[in-house]
Amino acid sequence: MKRYLPFVIVALVGLATLGSGAMLYRAKRPHVLAIPEDKTKAVKSDAEAPHIRGNPDAAVTLEEYGDFQCPPCGMVAAFLGQIEKEYDSRLRVVFRNFPLHMHEHAREAAIAAEAAGLQGRFWQMHDVLYREQETWSKAPNARELFESYAGTIGLDLDQFRKDMDGEKARARVDADRQRGESLGIQLTPTLFINNQPVEQKDRNPEGIRAEINAALQKKSQS
Amino acid sequence: MTVSRFRTIIYTAAAIVSLAGLADATYLSVQALTGETLGCGGSPDCFRVLGSSYARIKGIPVALFGVLAYFSAFTFATFAAFGYARARMFLIPTICAMFLATLWFLYVQAFLLHAYCRYCLFSAAVTFLLTGLVIALPTSRDTPVR
Repeated sequence: MKRYLPFVIVALVGLATLGSGAMLYRAKRPHVLAIPEDKTKAVKSDAEAPHIRGNPDAAVTLEEYGDFQCPPCGMVAAFLGQIEKEYDSRLRVVFRNFPLHMHEHAREAAIAAEAAGLQGRFWQMHDVLYREQETWSKAPNARELFESYAGTIGLDLDQFRKDMDGEKARARVDADRQRGESLGIQLTPTLFINNQPVEQKDRNPEGIRAEINAALQKKSQS
Repeated sequence: MTVSRFRTIIYTAAAIVSLAGLADATYLSVQALTGETLGCGGSPDCFRVLGSSYARIKGIPVALFGVLAYFSAFTFATFAAFGYARARMFLIPTICAMFLATLWFLYVQAFLLHAYCRYCLFSAAVTFLLTGLVIALPTSRDTPVR
């Protein structure tokens, strides 16, 4: 019996490793749904209207659920600008807020972006927040920095402060988050190209270009 | 205590320690395969390490190699504890390779990425412990330890 014991122990540990790994994988694997047709049509309220950059009638829509404090979102933002230039009028980018609870200043940053959006400067604030992510993420009082960014991009500061404390910007952030949750989003950045989720492994410049090209090809065939 | 008994204790300890490394590497592999390293518990340092190009070899997460290494170390240590002489021959080179890989990953974290991931540091500690156990193995066959 003792002769076979090490084989039994090793086999049991191997099976336990495979089993627990598979269970953990199933539990953690994000199940993001494609954006259903009814959610792509006209929005019900102002709070649900998305922020769009690029040609509104473009053949391909890249929709991002992002968190301004998440480092991978910052990486995506860094190369997305280049991709937008490459595809020009064929691509429009939609941004929706999905601040993760684990990021201390993420919700406040999303509100700052929405407050800037109320003055028509959402994308300018979006770009500054990602560019300066490392600075404000570590700041004890991030709001002071958001106000300085607001000044830099030429916002009316008094109005910006009022909007940061107001309901409108918060409502927009909450509406985006609820929409994301209804699609099964758990992580950021979560990207959709023409309403189809982009897999984690493709969230890099090459993967996104390949997905956009495939969407363009599909569009030209239909 | 005889040398052979002391060896059995060391091999058993190595097998148990390998299990801790196996659990850590399995968790990291799942994180890498599900893309959770992108979230990384909100820690930018963790993301810098696990989301870096050094965390994959030809698209395969290095944590998966870790699973393989710790499972091999566990297997060899278990068989060695039960007296299989050939398993002892395989255990030492396996742990040496793991030790060298750990040194490389510590170098990457300290000097190239300037960021540390706590799961990787735990794995490094496990490998150092395994190395220590292998070094503690007596070389002579029959002399009593004390």
